[in-house]
Amino acid sequence: MYPPAFEYAAPESVEEALDRLAEVGDEGRILAGGQSLIPMMKLRLAAPAHLIDINEIAELAYIREVNGHLAIGALTRHADVVRSEVVAGGCATMASAAPWVADPLVRNRGTVCGSVAHCDPEGDWNSVMLAVGAEVVARSKQGERVIPISEFVVDFFTNSLRPGEMVTELRVPRDDDRSGGAYLKLERKIGDYATVGVAAHLRLDEQGRIARAGLALTSVGPINLKVTEAEEMMVGQEPGDELFAEAAQIAARTCEPTSDVRGPAEYKRSVVAAYTRRAFGRALAGARGET
Amino acid sequence: MTTTHQPATPFEMGGIGHSVRRKEDDRFIQGAGRYLDDIQLPGMLHMAILRSPIAHGRILSIDTSEAEATDGVVAVVTGEMLAAHGLAWMPTLSGDTQAVLATDKVRYQGQEVAAVIATDPYVARDALSGIFVDYEELPAITSPQQALEPGAVLIRDEKEGQTDNVAYTWEAGDKAATDEAFAKADLVVTLDTHYPRSHPAPLETCGVVADVNPATGEATIYLTSQAPHAHRTLFAIVAGLPEEKIRVVSPDIGGGFGNKVPIYPGYVVATAASLLIGKPVKWVESRSENLISTGFARDFHMHGELALTADGRILGLRASILSDQGAFYADAQPTRFRAGLFHICTGSYDFGAAHVTAKGAFTNKAPGGVAYRCSFRVTEASYLIERLVQNAAYELGMDPAEFRLKNFIRPEQFPYLSPTGFVYDSGDYHTALRKAMEMIDYEGWRRRQQEPHPEGKLIGIGIASFTEVVGAGNSRTYDIAGLKMIDSAELRIHPTGKAILKLGVKSQGQGHETTFAQIVAEELGIPFEDVKVQEGDTDNTPYGLGTYASRSTPVAGAATAVVARQIREKARKLAAHLLEASPDDLEWEPGRFFVRGVPDKGVTIQEVAFAAYTNFPEGMEAGLEGVHYYDPPNMTYPFGSYIVVVEVDPEDGTWKVLDMVAVDDCGVRINPMIVEGQITGGLTEGFAKANMQWITFDENGNCIGSNFLDYLVPTAWEAPRFRLGETVTPSPHHPIGAKGVGESATVGSPAAYVNAVIDALWSKGVRNIDMPVLPHRVWGALNGVEVAP
Ligand SMILES: Cc1cc2nc3c(=O)[nH]c(=O)nc-3n(C[C@H](O)[C@H](O)[C@H](O)COP(=O)(O)OP(=O)(O)OC[C@H]3O[C@@H](n4cnc5c(N)ncnc54)[C@H](O)[C@@H]3O)c2cc1C
Repeated sequence: MYPPAFEYAAPESVEEALDRLAEVGDEGRILAGGQSLIPMMKLRLAAPAHLIDINEIAELAYIREVNGHLAIGALTRHADVVRSEVVAGGCATMASAAPWVADPLVRNRGTVCGSVAHCDPEGDWNSVMLAVGAEVVARSKQGERVIPISEFVVDFFTNSLRPGEMVTELRVPRDDDRSGGAYLKLERKIGDYATVGVAAHLRLDEQGRIARAGLALTSVGPINLKVTEAEEMMVGQEPGDELFAEAAQIAARTCEPTSDVRGPAEYKRSVVAAYTRRAFGRALAGARGET
Repeated sequence: MTTTHQPATPFEMGGIGHSVRRKEDDRFIQGAGRYLDDIQLPGMLHMAILRSPIAHGRILSIDTSEAEATDGVVAVVTGEMLAAHGLAWMPTLSGDTQAVLATDKVRYQGQEVAAVIATDPYVARDALSGIFVDYEELPAITSPQQALEPGAVLIRDEKEGQTDNVAYTWEAGDKAATDEAFAKADLVVTLDTHYPRSHPAPLETCGVVADVNPATGEATIYLTSQAPHAHRTLFAIVAGLPEEKIRVVSPDIGGGFGNKVPIYPGYVVATAASLLIGKPVKWVESRSENLISTGFARDFHMHGELALTADGRILGLRASILSDQGAFYADAQPTRFRAGLFHICTGSYDFGAAHVTAKGAFTNKAPGGVAYRCSFRVTEASYLIERLVQNAAYELGMDPAEFRLKNFIRPEQFPYLSPTGFVYDSGDYHTALRKAMEMIDYEGWRRRQQEPHPEGKLIGIGIASFTEVVGAGNSRTYDIAGLKMIDSAELRIHPTGKAILKLGVKSQGQGHETTFAQIVAEELGIPFEDVKVQEGDTDNTPYGLGTYASRSTPVAGAATAVVARQIREKARKLAAHLLEASPDDLEWEPGRFFVRGVPDKGVTIQEVAFAAYTNFPEGMEAGLEGVHYYDPPNMTYPFGSYIVVVEVDPEDGTWKVLDMVAVDDCGVRINPMIVEGQITGGLTEGFAKANMQWITFDENGNCIGSNFLDYLVPTAWEAPRFRLGETVTPSPHHPIGAKGVGESATVGSPAAYVNAVIDALWSKGVRNIDMPVLPHRVWGALNGVEVAP
């Protein structure tokens, strides 16, 4: 398959990338893992005039623990997350989702930040980020700002970056020892986008009640859906099957699936309910240290 | 009779029965294969094709001026231009005609409308956006049922005498006898099912490099072809070129599966362009082009009825099919059989009467109907009978294994004349099924199925006991486009005792370079490593119909054995001359003649070969070579029994395979490792069909499934783990007793998977789910919700 012609630059520092981005304006696109952008170009669904390849910026590849959160750099690949001890110990929802993102080949190239920036409602990471309450660090020549994920994901394939800005880092709150999370995904095969994905996160208080609940859904709306109504309903409650069933009902009611080759909307709602129950069940087991 | 084959040759010689490593893999695994897209010729131009964005519409105008003005564009070809040379339409393999580039109407999304020839493949594609086509949209017909409704828009309005959307009608079997059987039945079990449209999706897409020499008019056409000789003849007929001036070369092929049997419009356009421009022209499809426009497979809407006695015997079968042919009737199949060999649908069972009716309809979809890893619609037939048999067993309150064992054709009935006219050569179905049951612990699984599952999952066990018919022809009954379905082998032994074997078939990954060398090793005792197998170049190989329908070993393999035996007879005379003995006094052991009773007094085949060029007796023709055209006396009938155990999650409708065994009987196995590779691949493709894979269309005829995100191909990741077993019932009419195995598992396995899922859900009232058995369909069936599609 043959993409249309484009100009290409491979800066070696963030500053250089930002210069270039400022220079080419709207015509420029960051190339991270290329696992979404290149297929779109080959299918001629995207035709950026300039590609700014960030793969040479080694300083952007990291997963670190800083000040109670995990910092994930813009060159961190999905596969890095699958293997990361820091993630395994610091964010159960992420650790649970990582092996479900795409397939092993794509995971070796695709980046978490690229996926977050792409805002594909069928992408898995934004559900995880919405459920755990992550923040996106954006930089431009004018400086840096930190954007809560719920304000970053604006619409179908649309984020709230301003012209000249790129994502440099993702900040994910670190689980404490009363937190747990899970990501459940229904897919037709490895590397398939979700028919339904459910990201769940729980933090318990000292009494074992719910201090924080996070719930977000993949592939059942125009964007990854944060189920705020269920999250708020659960806070202060005793966790358990009954409560999770109630949350599941809210999720099924509020999601906005469409009927397509992956199944009718009614079916997807039913899976949202089942997976919400199951995901919170696993999150609870994790929060109670039962896994 | 079941035997196990003991190799007659030592391993290093690599005759029949040895799992020697594939000779061709050295170059493939080192990236040194030479595929079509690797070919670069001096001055070569590149072609890109403009395709219809809509499913049905009249072409009002085509404006190519902007494309023509693009830098690097050499020419833009339209149907009008081809029409001037009589090339706007071409014949299909089923006697229909097909548009090369559309002139009047487009009839499916993705149909070829125009082509750009440019100096660079990127430029060629960029220039497509400089061609402007005005369409008057017509209603799209997206199912054969819709096509046959009164008043449906006529798709083939250009076809003289065509007043409806019927592509063909056909029948087989005996209606009166079948009616009689049904009148006697205690119970009739019916099944309506759709075998969905699928695509062979070989890793390498289709392509051509056409190189017509402007001075001599000689055309060298490099082609991704499973049938280079047949394609040469068809090119001669279509393009009106003298056949001796056409050389078709099929280089290494990255998978065919039936997809590379037809001649595609792109081949014709590129050849015409090369002829007109006088430079080589390359065209290689993109993945989407391959999926959207080249030969699809299956797409049969089937209705089946089994007449049964209360004590569990089958009396008769009625089957009717409505096939979705797409816009042109282009099935690659023997001329006499309009629905391929679908009438093998009586399967492995012994009963007196069957009647099959078939009707094909034109729709606004891509044409094809290729035999995707199956012998001409045998997959659809096998699926229908194996699904029916399971449902029949349940309706009778019998175990499906017991029901099969009761109704199988018995070993002593072979050769067996089927009610639709096939003569099954050999079989032992009881032994194969019993072996599979033992391997998987059938009784054990039936017990476990009854136990409550901790997570509420449902266990299902499914069987398929298929019989295939492969290896066409004989020439009396089978031809494609008039060409009789024979095949050939030419074997030359060089003075140093090495050999070259030239065949009319063409490997696409099946391992011919090894398997056929092993047949020579078996017959002549020349180590398989010393036998070069040459295929694909029509100037350099004898005529043949090509590789598909599991016919290479049954036909070309037989030709190889026969020509090797003929050469051995000449070698015997040479040996007698060298040993100064009478030919009748010589004994043969692999690779050597010796004087009877004096084992030390002998000559090797290599010594004989040298003598054939250096020391042959007076009056004997020099050399040691021969050619044989093999006309098979009958088809071969591989069979097997597959058993699958699945676990269904009733909440989300997903199912996974817990265990699977496949007992195959393909007669004598030449290279067991290659055979197992073929079976493993076929079981995986069968799983794909059952679990995830299909091409659908929306109500406007837009193809859903034009890329690998929508058209799902399983990888090692989701493919179940298979356990293989074998029985060996040689074909009595084949020189080495082999039957062909390239397709058994694709043919046999889909029903096994689906039967397992239905087995799990039977107690919940579920009687059928069409393939692919996607999670939402399982969920819909369990919850009584109609799910479309
Ligand atoms: C076969 C296949 C299967 C897949 N399956 C899944 C799946 O199951 N689940 C899933 O979630 N994803 C899936 N993906 C997508 C994959 O995860 C991608 O890696 C991801 O969507 C994008 O990340 P990337 O690094 O490849 O971004 P790219 O393709 O390089 O870029 C994507 C977009 O984000 C922008 N972008 C990238 N990085 C930045 C940045 N730092 N700042 C600003 N903008 C940026 C780009 O300009 C572009 O617009 C699949 C992809 C393929 C090819």
